[in-house]
Amino acid sequence: MNDLTPAGRQRRGAGFYWAMSWRMLWRDWRGGELNILAIGLVIAVTSITAVGFFTDRIERGLQMQSAELIAADLAVTSRRADVYDYIKEARQNDFQVATTQQFRSVVLGDDRPQLVEVKAVSEAYPLRGALRISDNAFGADETTGGIPSAGDVWVEARLLQMLDAGIGDSIKLGNSTFKIRKVLRYEPDRAGDLFSLAPRILMNIADLDATGLISTGALVNYRVLIAGERSSINSYHKLIENNLRAGEELVTFEQGRPELNTALRSAQQFLGLAALISVLLAGVAVASVANRFSVRHLGTSAMFRCLGASQNTIIQLFSLEMLWLSLIASSAGCILGMLTQFVITQLLDQLVLTQLPPPTFKAVLLGYATGILMLTGFALPPLLSLRHVPPLHVLRKDVTSRPVSSWLLYLAVVLCMSLLLYWQIGDLRLVATVTGGIVLTLAVLAVTAFLLIMLLNRLRGSAGVAWRFGLANISRRPAGSVIQIVAFGLGIMVMLLLSAVRSDLLNDWQASLPENAPNHFVINVQSDQLAAITDYFKAMGVANTRMYPMVRARLVEINGKKVSADDYESERARHLVTREFNLSWAESIQLDNELVAGPWWERDDFGKPLLSLEVKLADTLRLKLGDVASFDVNGTRLDFTVSNLRSVDWDSFNINFFTVVPPGVLEDKPASWVTSVYLDSEQRQKLGDLVRAFPNVTLIDVEVIMKRVRGIISRVSLAIEFIFLFTILAGLAVLFAAIQSKQDERRFESAVLRTLGASRKTLMLGLLAEFTTLGALSGLLAGLSATSLVWLLAEYVFKFNYQLDFTLALSGIVSGTIIVVIAGTLGTRSVLTNPPIKTLRQNTV
Amino acid sequence: MDNAVSNSFVEARHLGKHVATREGVLTLLDDINFKIAAGTSVAILGASGSGKTTLLGLLAGLDTPSNGTVILNNNNLNDFDEDGRAMLRAELVGFVFQNFQLLFGLTALENVMLPLELAQLPHPRKKAEELLKRVGLGERMQHYPNQLSGGEQQRCAIARAFSMRPRILFADEPTGNLDSKTGKRIIDLLFELNAEQGTTLIMATHDAQISRLCDQLIHLEAGRIVEQVNSPGKGNSYE
Ligand SMILES: Nc1ncnc2c1ncn2[C@@H]1O[C@H](COP(=O)(O)OP(=O)(O)OP(=O)(O)O)[C@@H](O)[C@H]1O
Ligand SMILES: [Mg+2]
Repeated sequence: MNDLTPAGRQRRGAGFYWAMSWRMLWRDWRGGELNILAIGLVIAVTSITAVGFFTDRIERGLQMQSAELIAADLAVTSRRADVYDYIKEARQNDFQVATTQQFRSVVLGDDRPQLVEVKAVSEAYPLRGALRISDNAFGADETTGGIPSAGDVWVEARLLQMLDAGIGDSIKLGNSTFKIRKVLRYEPDRAGDLFSLAPRILMNIADLDATGLISTGALVNYRVLIAGERSSINSYHKLIENNLRAGEELVTFEQGRPELNTALRSAQQFLGLAALISVLLAGVAVASVANRFSVRHLGTSAMFRCLGASQNTIIQLFSLEMLWLSLIASSAGCILGMLTQFVITQLLDQLVLTQLPPPTFKAVLLGYATGILMLTGFALPPLLSLRHVPPLHVLRKDVTSRPVSSWLLYLAVVLCMSLLLYWQIGDLRLVATVTGGIVLTLAVLAVTAFLLIMLLNRLRGSAGVAWRFGLANISRRPAGSVIQIVAFGLGIMVMLLLSAVRSDLLNDWQASLPENAPNHFVINVQSDQLAAITDYFKAMGVANTRMYPMVRARLVEINGKKVSADDYESERARHLVTREFNLSWAESIQLDNELVAGPWWERDDFGKPLLSLEVKLADTLRLKLGDVASFDVNGTRLDFTVSNLRSVDWDSFNINFFTVVPPGVLEDKPASWVTSVYLDSEQRQKLGDLVRAFPNVTLIDVEVIMKRVRGIISRVSLAIEFIFLFTILAGLAVLFAAIQSKQDERRFESAVLRTLGASRKTLMLGLLAEFTTLGALSGLLAGLSATSLVWLLAEYVFKFNYQLDFTLALSGIVSGTIIVVIAGTLGTRSVLTNPPIKTLRQNTV
Repeated sequence: MDNAVSNSFVEARHLGKHVATREGVLTLLDDINFKIAAGTSVAILGASGSGKTTLLGLLAGLDTPSNGTVILNNNNLNDFDEDGRAMLRAELVGFVFQNFQLLFGLTALENVMLPLELAQLPHPRKKAEELLKRVGLGERMQHYPNQLSGGEQQRCAIARAFSMRPRILFADEPTGNLDSKTGKRIIDLLFELNAEQGTTLIMATHDAQISRLCDQLIHLEAGRIVEQVNSPGKGNSYE
């Protein structure tokens, strides 16, 4: 008798695994076994790549935005002209270069001297962003690519008021006379708070020498602006950064306007959140479907064993099948991700300006990594358990393999995915909060669901027949029902979470820049003009103009020690100590300010020399609570004790002060007053009268800037809505997957019950009862955990105010019930409409 | 009967199977001994629950016995681990299951092709098509199991079992749920293929009539052999 023939011992070559695994993939696909796995994967990969592409763009948008704020990609500033040495170097690198010189001076109009900030600029200025000018103070503005020609200056509208001059008039600067050619409406790199600066005069640098204003010892800020291709700028940036000479400093955009950055950063965070959630959700979908997939393949595995396949062969075949699936799904996801980000950037086109960044390799890599990790992580463990299926399974169904205990593995997968997401999103706090929150939620959901099911079990006896049948379905297999409630709960939870964050975020933005936010600042109002100005605005239809006082003061000593610019290294600190402070007084803290340290003053403290400081200013000047800051106020020296620190929301266009004191301290000092008002286009026409009636009062128009900010915010909001929809899809996929996971049993049972004489109506009601209970339970749990997560996110990530309320829990119950009932009955309908025999016949192996 | 090792092809020695249940240890098979020569046909006869499926499972190496051994073509199955037994199965054994065990996601043709594919034999499709035509399913090759009748599924399962030209074929109640006419056709088919390929056929059945067609009969009752008959059809029996 011959022994084993060589054919059976034949080594299985790569060709076999390749062909056989593709065949298995095709057959499973055809049988619809892979649909949800594939959908889950595609959603995850799409989200992560779309956000990858998009984050890249936002990043670039932010860079451009910040570049605009310094009018260049890179700027070096110094008090000395030798900073111009960089020009040659930059030119050698093929960068664009422009130079500016800035200094204070005095112009003489009709013999009235007026302090101005002069800026002389070279031909290419600004390298990033654009100047906006107009032909008269309040008229329509337009973008210009040029700078004032020799002999001309462009000036801010308020200078015209101050000098009582107009377009075409002449003004004298040093030894030269200039013609005022245009009104300067917007200067991209104008930094500092708008109403404490002297008005701007923009001139051509070629005229500068002739004025004779730049003598030795004059305080001039020299600047070299550089722009060029991103990567070479970045490396040049690093090079310069490490080789700055004394007195030289790189200009950063933080010194400019922060309004847009906040909106863009929040948008980016939201997108990160959405991506995070859709990836985790899709992971849950994949995990729950993978389980079902492996259960349905017990038979296949056992049959393979009967036919003589070894454990290794089975592992390798299934692993390969999953690998192919993840590769295909990841590719589809990457393509979809690119399309998605294309849609988003279309929505944002004006924000992201000109260049389209090429799709980054990183995003694609991440996409594939996510796809493969997710499938291997979530789907492989149950599949691997298939290899242990004893062949006996084909003889006796109760003989199955022990399910692998996969909690640890799932946890590891979640951890890996979080790392990937962190790599992509770059916001540790966000990733940690969400991942941790979701894992915790899962645990809480599982425990509570179990308890609730136990409770249901007791209620069962007292219910009608349909309810009894439905509730029995739930409590008969507590483990399965717990998994379902958890999956439903998670799906509903993230949908609630995301919609809450979304609307809070959007509301917050809307609130920070409401349609009728003040668009004009009125400064320099004298104490004796207060009533008249208020009345004037009232007559114009503007009610309730709140006036803020400010008294100019110079910081002379800190804790008894004379302050000088030399004590500080940062340009900002040097700038601050040399310029005048505006001390204001107030009874209560402004609504949009937040106390960071120390208490706000009580009524008893009024009249005491206390000082409230903006926290960043305090940092820059190294001032702490309890320090004594001495100011020279109009010749009198006043000592103030720092009693509290505040953070100020500079994004809003509200009037805010760095330094505030209690009432009853400065009232006798010469103060000027400021206010901000919202004026519509009709009211603006009357501003000329105001200026004529109160010649000393200055108006600053921020309408142009606000329009820009609003435009960007509305586009960002659109993008957020879009991503939101996308994540909702992921949530629905999870719900669908969860329903699928028990569908086989449910179908079979219903079919059997029908053959036993249960009417369709009874079954339908039973299923309805089951789904209603499941939906309501998971909705309730989802609502509660969403509430706590939103609170956490609001507190630690997005930093907006969140009022804890339980409407979310309520909407959780309602939406949960509706969605689960609809999805559930849709999924089970075929059982009720098809003759039961059809279902029963499908139950071959 | 005890010294000759090579003249039997399948042999059971003191085979026993017990399972632990909640009600205590249950004996499914007890001290089963027999020898089967190559190329013969054997019927394992017994009432429902007498242990036929359990015995076939042990003989085919799908399960491991609690006592005793199974010798398959001179290989003591106890010497092999699961993968080793899988290899032996790939080599020697075909199985027609009581409940067909066709894979629901695969067409009839693919079900028959599957063992050929796993064994990397050439032309799986051609061979499978031939076999399906042979069992009368030439028109139903692209149908899925749930589109086939019980008898058709059974024939498909037989085609699958024969596709590998196994040296032993285990058939568990091959006519169990079929009408007598279809049952007859299936039995004929099994014997035809058995004669053609020289396959050793071991068949579990509760139908005494069918058992009489075989060369050897093993009668089980409650897990014990109560009767072994050679050439039962000729009335030639011994203890
Ligand atoms: N793992 C097990 N646990 C408990 N009882 C078992 C187990 N395996 C088999 N049995 C019991 O052993 C007995 C024999 O089962 P087996 O399937 O071998 O019978 P059979 O002769 O094939 O019956 P049928 O003709 O109905 O197919 C049955 O009573 C069965 O319930
Ligand atoms: Mg049986």
